[in-house]
Amino acid sequence: MKSLLLGNEALARGAWEAGVQVVSSYPGTPSTEITENISKYSSDDVYCEWAPNEKVAMEVAIGASFAGVRAMCCMKHVGLNVAADPLFTAAYTGVNGGLVIVVADDPGMHSSQNEQDSRFYGLSAHVPVLEPSDSQECKDFVKKAFEISEEFDTPVILRLTTRIAHARSLTELCDRQNVAKKDYQKDIMKYVMMPGMAKKRHVFVEERMGKLADRSNELSTAEYKDTDLGIVTSGISYQYVKEVFPNASVLKIDMVHPLPEKAIREFAEKTEKLLVVEELEPFIENFIRQLGIDKVEGKKYFGVQGELSTVAIRKAYFGTDADNAQLAEALDVPPRPPVLCPGCPHRGVFYTLSQLGVRVSGDIGCYTLGALAPYSAVHNCVCMGASVSMAHGMEKAEVQAGAEKMPTVAVIGDSTFMHSGITGLIDIVYNKGASTVIILDNSITGMTGHQQNPTTGYTIRMEETHPVNLVKLAEAVGVKRIRIEDPFDMKKFKAAVQEEIAADEPSVIISQRPCALLKTVKYGAPVVIDQDKCKKCGSCMKLGCPAIIKKDGNYMIDASQCAGCRQCEQMCPFKCISKPEV
Amino acid sequence: MKNINILIVGVGGQGTLLASRFLGVAAVESGMDVKLSEVHGMSQRGGSVITCVKIGDKINSPLICEGEADLILSFEQVEAARWLPYLKKGGTVITNTQKIESMPVISGKAVYPDNVLEVLEKSGINLITLDALSIANECGSPKAVNVVLLGVLASQMKDVDMSVWNKCLESVIPAKVLDINKKAFEMGLKKV
Repeated sequence: MKSLLLGNEALARGAWEAGVQVVSSYPGTPSTEITENISKYSSDDVYCEWAPNEKVAMEVAIGASFAGVRAMCCMKHVGLNVAADPLFTAAYTGVNGGLVIVVADDPGMHSSQNEQDSRFYGLSAHVPVLEPSDSQECKDFVKKAFEISEEFDTPVILRLTTRIAHARSLTELCDRQNVAKKDYQKDIMKYVMMPGMAKKRHVFVEERMGKLADRSNELSTAEYKDTDLGIVTSGISYQYVKEVFPNASVLKIDMVHPLPEKAIREFAEKTEKLLVVEELEPFIENFIRQLGIDKVEGKKYFGVQGELSTVAIRKAYFGTDADNAQLAEALDVPPRPPVLCPGCPHRGVFYTLSQLGVRVSGDIGCYTLGALAPYSAVHNCVCMGASVSMAHGMEKAEVQAGAEKMPTVAVIGDSTFMHSGITGLIDIVYNKGASTVIILDNSITGMTGHQQNPTTGYTIRMEETHPVNLVKLAEAVGVKRIRIEDPFDMKKFKAAVQEEIAADEPSVIISQRPCALLKTVKYGAPVVIDQDKCKKCGSCMKLGCPAIIKKDGNYMIDASQCAGCRQCEQMCPFKCISKPEV
Repeated sequence: MKNINILIVGVGGQGTLLASRFLGVAAVESGMDVKLSEVHGMSQRGGSVITCVKIGDKINSPLICEGEADLILSFEQVEAARWLPYLKKGGTVITNTQKIESMPVISGKAVYPDNVLEVLEKSGINLITLDALSIANECGSPKAVNVVLLGVLASQMKDVDMSVWNKCLESVIPAKVLDINKKAFEMGLKKV
């Protein structure tokens, strides 16, 4: 009997079946569910954790591998940037127990700030990269990755994309294979990377890549049909190709680095036209061109932006549009961008900041939505932790240039602050800055779907643990002005922000209120607007809550949306929003 | 069970993921190949969301693109109009008549059109509309909206046996709310 598994779920299953014993990750869409699913397996089988960031996660996995067990770490594409440092040198040390690094790319940016192509990490770090094309392959390839890792003494990257990670398909389940811990061996020449040792290891790395290229040939499959058109592809693109070109010959590549030179040459010889179908960068296409196979085509049709799909490929290659249903007449369908949820504690913060008109240095999380209407409060968002350091940079720039300092705050979530905001705060204090940092402490990692983090007091397996005390942490760094505020008390919150911005030294405001989606958060019945008292001034609408709507000229609460949080009561100058007495 | 591409559309938080999982179980129980494609992360926060359910003898792409859906199951009326181009010509749209205003509508930057159902009616499709929220409330929980809609969907898939649907309900609905949801499913089933 096959099970219908999410790619991420199947990957977790595969790792478990392969006898993985240590998994350390940082959540990030579309990779989060892998580690969440690992945590569902018995702690007797596998230790797993949420690390504060991807670099730590990878180092934990590397340590576990050195110690002799099969280890894995999972992250989204931008997480691999954070973890790139250990990756490049672990490529030299190699492994003891198998080491698999899962990276999930997000072409089309469903939930990301860029659409980088992680295959290049394999190329530049000299590490093999496997790419599955459905859930069954997620499971099979992670097992293969552990074997390759141990056979070739190398970390192995398993690369997913959103449509693999977040698609469900039928997967055959197997039993767990018990892989005994290997003996730990002190080996300074292999595990201590100083110039003298690293130079020798680099020689080994290059020899290894040569051998892996042979394996890559074995891992590619040529499906010969009509040889007028030959298509080279991998991952999700393979699935699209099978639908769009049912009669073409296809070379399916499972190891995308190193690429299978011999298999590609042979395939190119046997086919008339040669087309590469791949998302994002021309990774495979450039390689084929470097082999001197000039007939290859690909990005000429498909471009480097966004996702592919069957319709996108048909349109790009054949110029045919979809034959679809159409609306009988034009309809101005209003856009529906994502919004902060009803009851969200960030709402009070961003309403306040937009009222103050201060410059808001933003970060990665649900609260990036503070950049959208009606707040339009966030001025910048680059990467995890950057809000804090960018605020410092802006302040130093203005001081240096003799310009007036623009009132500025950095906003950053609790989990993101733990990830890489704390180093920015250290920089501010150390280098005598005066920035104000608002930590949006909602007691959880929100955007990725409620993962515990070092501030919440719970591990991934919901065991109680020591929570990081944000106040003491800021104190230890050297911040003297630290205050905890409730974002639901907007008047007080506003005064606090004004005071801290005016202060000529670093300050931290901890905005404390749990995420409204947490099961423990219950605000009770929805509020109502007293229609007799309402003067229709529209003040409540400025809060930007999806539960407050205008119907036939009247302002009303949509009871099916309202969380009962009562933030809106403070908005009404005529006190006509209230909770019905029970 | 026949080959079918079903696109489930709605607003983040409405329970579209449960609906797709439900159909996934139906496909597995019927011995079909099936792929589902879901949306997680940022767009789940009150944004427009779609889930693809593809059932057939052999499925490759997990995505349903423009012109590839046999049926659109819409949890909100303007979402049915937004995603209509994904429907095959002459396909079926089942839509909840519930309206959920988006932030641009709430903040006055866009208008929620009042003729969505009329336009859909004239668009040469098989259109089934119902107030699933009222029916769900009647059954005892506004949260059962998705199951009411699944009941309507089941009424359009006559080749699937009731025992299969029961199995689906039992495997995706928590036991303590199963009775309410069984009722909601039946009310949807008998609606058309």
